[in-house]
Amino acid sequence: MSRAHNRRVIEKLRERIAHLEGSVAKKAIVLPFGVREMDEWLPGGGLPYGALHEIAGGGAGTVDGAAAALFAAGIAARSKGKVLWCLTRPDLFFPAIAQAGLHPDRVIFCEGDKEEDVLASMEEGLSFGGLAAVVGELVRLPMVASRRLQLAAEKTGTMGLVVRRWRRQTEASDFGNPTASTTRWRVSVLPSEELPVAGVGRPRWLAELMRVKAGECAEFEIGACDAKGRLCLLPHSANRPDTSAWRGNRAS
Amino acid sequence: MPVDQPLVVISKSGSKRWVSAADTAARKLGLKLGMPASKAQAVVANLKMIDADPAADAAALERLALWALRQYSPVVAVDGTDGIVMDTEGADHLQGGEALLISGLVNGLRGRGLTARAAVADTWGAAHAITRMTSAETTVVPVGGVAKAVTRLPIHCLRLVPDTIHGLRVMGVETVGELSAMPRAPLTLRYGPEVGRRLDQLFGRMAEPIEPLRTPELVEAARNFQEPIGAAETIAKYVRRLVGELTSKLETRGLGVRRSDLVIHRVDNTRQCIRAGLAKPVRDPARLSKLLCDRIEKIDPGFGIERLVLVALIVEPLEERQVASSLIEELVVDVTPLVDILGNRGQRLYRVTPVASDVPERSVMRIGPTADETGATWAAKWPRPSRLLSNPERIDVTALLPDQPPAVFTWRGKRRRVKRADGPERIFGEWWVRPREHAAVRDYFVVEDEAGERYWVYRAGDGVDTDTGSHLWFLHGVFG
Repeated sequence: MSRAHNRRVIEKLRERIAHLEGSVAKKAIVLPFGVREMDEWLPGGGLPYGALHEIAGGGAGTVDGAAAALFAAGIAARSKGKVLWCLTRPDLFFPAIAQAGLHPDRVIFCEGDKEEDVLASMEEGLSFGGLAAVVGELVRLPMVASRRLQLAAEKTGTMGLVVRRWRRQTEASDFGNPTASTTRWRVSVLPSEELPVAGVGRPRWLAELMRVKAGECAEFEIGACDAKGRLCLLPHSANRPDTSAWRGNRAS
Repeated sequence: MPVDQPLVVISKSGSKRWVSAADTAARKLGLKLGMPASKAQAVVANLKMIDADPAADAAALERLALWALRQYSPVVAVDGTDGIVMDTEGADHLQGGEALLISGLVNGLRGRGLTARAAVADTWGAAHAITRMTSAETTVVPVGGVAKAVTRLPIHCLRLVPDTIHGLRVMGVETVGELSAMPRAPLTLRYGPEVGRRLDQLFGRMAEPIEPLRTPELVEAARNFQEPIGAAETIAKYVRRLVGELTSKLETRGLGVRRSDLVIHRVDNTRQCIRAGLAKPVRDPARLSKLLCDRIEKIDPGFGIERLVLVALIVEPLEERQVASSLIEELVVDVTPLVDILGNRGQRLYRVTPVASDVPERSVMRIGPTADETGATWAAKWPRPSRLLSNPERIDVTALLPDQPPAVFTWRGKRRRVKRADGPERIFGEWWVRPREHAAVRDYFVVEDEAGERYWVYRAGDGVDTDTGSHLWFLHGVFG
């Protein structure tokens, strides 16, 4: 059997599965990253709207979630419409988010006292329907909660972005537990781009696609969000200085 | 009138005239309440005396109660001749909790030139007693703490007739604790059932519903039930009907509701309330009933509900507006329904907007979620960290003065070697905000360690002159 034929069969099977899942109508709408390699890797050519996406940090980022928040902000910035940002710890510094292209007029913050409040607010925001994206900063995301968020997102076609950040670096092993989210990313910081002069260049991230529905895992070395929230792909540096240091951190 | 002139209010009954109220200056001079007017005049020269006007006082108190009704709680009533009682349950979260509610209330009244004391307690009787008998401006008695809070209070606070109080004091009973420890039967035999009733009301053994104040211009819809209802679905059904009635009434008047209350009367003669606030005037039945039905789980129906009343407390004019077709202009989604839903659940909703300030923690201001769009954003010249620590943390640093970035720093017990750095970005103190910042300087650096983690650190001071700062190093933010 030829390869092309094989692909057609798989496409048909996928269509049938999507039909059974009931998400056939909203299948086509995706938000591309604008980076060819990443978009080609993701089924549908980008991050699907009407789905839940999880983003966690790596290393120290598991606690502060700085890069993960910026990654989510970049995705939200490239969508159109208002964004609801639910959190419990108000330590987000908005000038940085604005530098990733998300205008302050577009973001409504919803600060709750408990994790459950964030989940409830996210679900309400996702099922409201008029928003472009709903971002939530969460420590725990149990299967049931993620399933509810995913279903609410599917119903309205709003994108749900969960920024996972833990209290301690050791708690980050929780990220291995299964959830109903469509994609799961881990964004860790890499040494910034080399400049010909002294100084800090464009920040670089290692974005690990740890899970994607109907797709394969991958790793991308990317340049952080620019002023419009766009990423760029960096060539794999052949002689990276010493990666064991941060890889060791991340493994904890 | 000079401020320091002592002032008293004189009440009259028959030919007897006595002091019924005195200001601080008069009290300082030794005037007491209940003193004969002639004696007061003899004690203090140049005493300003005003005749009491109980009717005007009552009217003013009622006006105050109506203001509190709009502002604070759906169930507000006048308490005696000198107080207001309100049921804050189910309404305190809109003001940020009980403590904030009453401190806001007292401050609000002070702003209008009134001195007030407020207390929150489990029962009307306890709150009444504490406000009148303690000197603290605001008191919050924790749930179940009534017995402890009132035992030492004198028996004046029990809302009994003066003769009874006098009789009890003759018997040697001074405090509520002593009275409540006495056997009930002889008390009732001698003073009637009133003493026992007031004690039970004080300790919450007997219900004491508050009959809420109402004015004719309030738009309300009510429904009585022959058979008490209790199931959540039934309540939801009738809430929807009431909302329908209310909105049609509002429609005839051209009004939209900003704040509405659902008052639930139970068969055991207690009341509960659900308050829904809205960011903009609304007349849409679906939105309003969603807000109210969202909180049905908070209702405790007990043995059943016999009456539901829906009141539109704050109304504003609302005109119909024609919406252009989506073919002509881009559809702008109105997020106020979502803001209302989340806000009524007690979440803090806000947007942020730039403030013209170089000091990072002052450069962001919170505004209301439905405030007008300003279009302003921060001038993106220098990179800013995505997480800003609310309190900059001390770090141990090895750095060359005056303007070199750190070579090594220790933060949270971890030593990091700086590979790359940018800076300094000098930020001057704002002396017009705080005079102490007149000479203050912070030098910010972006530093990156070997693992690629980027931090925002600063040195307090310019590195030369110690007047500009302590020359200690702090970590202020984490870059993504």
